[in-house]
Amino acid sequence: MPDRENIIYQFDGSFDGLMCCVFESYDKKEFPSDIITDNAQCSFVPVKYIETDTYKSERVIRSIPKRMGHNAFEFIRNAYLTCHPEKYYFIFRFMQLGYKHGERIMGMLADEVVNTLFKAVKALNNETHLLKGFIRFSDYDGVLAAVIEPKNIVLPKLAHHFCERFPEENFIIYDKTNKMALVYKPYNAEIIYMDDLILPDADDKEKTIRGLWKLFYDTIEIKSRHNSKCRQSHMPKRYWKHMTEFSEIENKRPLIEEIKRIGE
Amino acid sequence: MDLFDKLQILTGAAKYDVACTSSGVDKKSSQGGIGSAAACGICHSFSADGRCISLLKVLMTNICIYDCKYCVNRRTNDIKRAAFTPRELAELTISFYRRNYIEGLFLSSGVIKNPDYTCELMIEALSILRSQYNFSGYIHAKAIPGADNALLTRLGLLADRMSVNIELPSQESLQLLAPDKSKHSILSPMRHIQNKITEKTSDVIRYKHAPKFAPAGQSTQMIIGATAETDYQILNLTESLYKKYNLKRVFFSAYVPVSESSLLPSIGSKPNLLREHRLYQADWMLRYYGFSALEILDEKHQSLNPYIDPKCNWALNHLELFPVDVNKADYESLLRVPGIGPTSAKRIITARRTTRLSFDDLKKLGVVLKRAEYFITYRGKTTLGVKISQDSILRSLMSDKELSLLSLNGYKQLSFFDGDIEGVVKKCLTGKT
Ligand code: SF4
Repeated sequence: MPDRENIIYQFDGSFDGLMCCVFESYDKKEFPSDIITDNAQCSFVPVKYIETDTYKSERVIRSIPKRMGHNAFEFIRNAYLTCHPEKYYFIFRFMQLGYKHGERIMGMLADEVVNTLFKAVKALNNETHLLKGFIRFSDYDGVLAAVIEPKNIVLPKLAHHFCERFPEENFIIYDKTNKMALVYKPYNAEIIYMDDLILPDADDKEKTIRGLWKLFYDTIEIKSRHNSKCRQSHMPKRYWKHMTEFSEIENKRPLIEEIKRIGE
Repeated sequence: MDLFDKLQILTGAAKYDVACTSSGVDKKSSQGGIGSAAACGICHSFSADGRCISLLKVLMTNICIYDCKYCVNRRTNDIKRAAFTPRELAELTISFYRRNYIEGLFLSSGVIKNPDYTCELMIEALSILRSQYNFSGYIHAKAIPGADNALLTRLGLLADRMSVNIELPSQESLQLLAPDKSKHSILSPMRHIQNKITEKTSDVIRYKHAPKFAPAGQSTQMIIGATAETDYQILNLTESLYKKYNLKRVFFSAYVPVSESSLLPSIGSKPNLLREHRLYQADWMLRYYGFSALEILDEKHQSLNPYIDPKCNWALNHLELFPVDVNKADYESLLRVPGIGPTSAKRIITARRTTRLSFDDLKKLGVVLKRAEYFITYRGKTTLGVKISQDSILRSLMSDKELSLLSLNGYKQLSFFDGDIEGVVKKCLTGKT
């Protein structure tokens, strides 16, 4: 089998679709030189469109844990959620290697393909972990809503954590980057595609609590240890946009309190 | 006084307490309840001083009948006083928790009226949270020294972690600065909590539903730099607290001057962050790298080296054990290489099963070689190809600034407060180890 063939696969971007590319390559003994989802860039290499067929994808999916172990399976699912620009092709190559080397694949950290995906998955896990802390909900009449702009597709990885934490709440986490939302009502969670999420203005109670949080945040700093560099390395600026403690307008006591204080 | 004022005062009074980690328990919310605690700690924010914010850290009240000299809340200090009602505090906690601002509550208190009364107020607040709101999130409660053991037990059943501050590293210092406290009044609740934890753990094994007593264990905190104890004394104390009292964590807190007293560093002197940082590194060696306190410091060496981290320092004094062959060394020996932590050591061991590691492989594995490279070989080669000598390593591990400080002052006499130490501090605080 020649190393690279003069062909590119195109598919619909779904996980099943990607598995069908693996199927096709195995079935036809082809080795595409790339795997893409849209055919915008014109290329001189012929592009073959791979239909998504769950019969085929399921056969591939079932083979993964058998041939390369459960860890590899978990890993591939995670790799699919990363924001690595060439993740589809890397996953494809990872699986080729996996079929060849079996469970050993997960230890082959010095291999370029394995290594690239490990780094991407690490970034995904890292972002997921940070967002478990940095997500901020607001209460709109009993419904909790939060907006995030992650780099990776984190909602599937966050769902379990938040559903377990707030089993009795109704909540929604909107991922603006990937236009997806995790919607939960007791005891049912769903991840859906959503073009936009428009939220009403916060009511007084909500504003008060935001104000209290901001006050806590500002007060807890020990001024003689000020170190904004260190803060930023732990909490990169790109997360600040949706965090209550950094929102401008809310840093106010409710109006009535304000008047009362001036009157004093 | 409104809630804003109270929150401001009672946060301001609590913020010097460092033990704000929320790790160590893994549990789910109960039916109809709210909250879970994740085994690996979650930081919900970072304050402008770079510290992790994970818990709502406040005092029940900053009113105090005692007069510890190092404390802002001491009786004789002229400051605004406030107290939460148990209900206010419970509601505030829930409001923050629902919005994912926090992982839970860290509750401590000044001593109002007497230790028992104070402890009861805390118990009431925690009871509202646990039974009325069905709150399963994380709660860390400070035991009030001098409170009745029965009350401490009740508090411990409501909390995930309990701590008693050891405050100062020796009995003499305590006598000097906290005349109302003695080593006994601190160590006896510590012992009580330890006994309860072991007792309850065996209960849990016997009856599955026995309530857990502080399931995340016990921790303590001591103030560094207010008194004369050396790093050697502090590390030994730390080690024995881990061993004898089974503590989960010992926290160090560089003293921030809050009062003018001839017994204490004067107001305006900077907290010694570098020393605190080095102590945490040494603590890390005790907890994760398998070192004993005596390996790190001894009678003759009472202070941690301010210029390089203690693990590097240890390695430099034991060059006969290096270099270590990354393709052969066992886990324990890899862990002792400066710059290699548990993650890297595990990765090396996994990766070398399939291939003989080269220098580039190590880089790919994410092993930080800046320090490690002086102490390892791979395929029989060192990366540097030069004979290692203590002096040359030391020079390459330090920045130019540190080097100039070194030649200016003569390394041995250098005290922490000398010269422009700020650059050194910054480097140490940012340089990962
Ligand atoms: S008992 Fe606690 S709060 Fe009161 S003065 Fe002493 S350290 Fe401060």
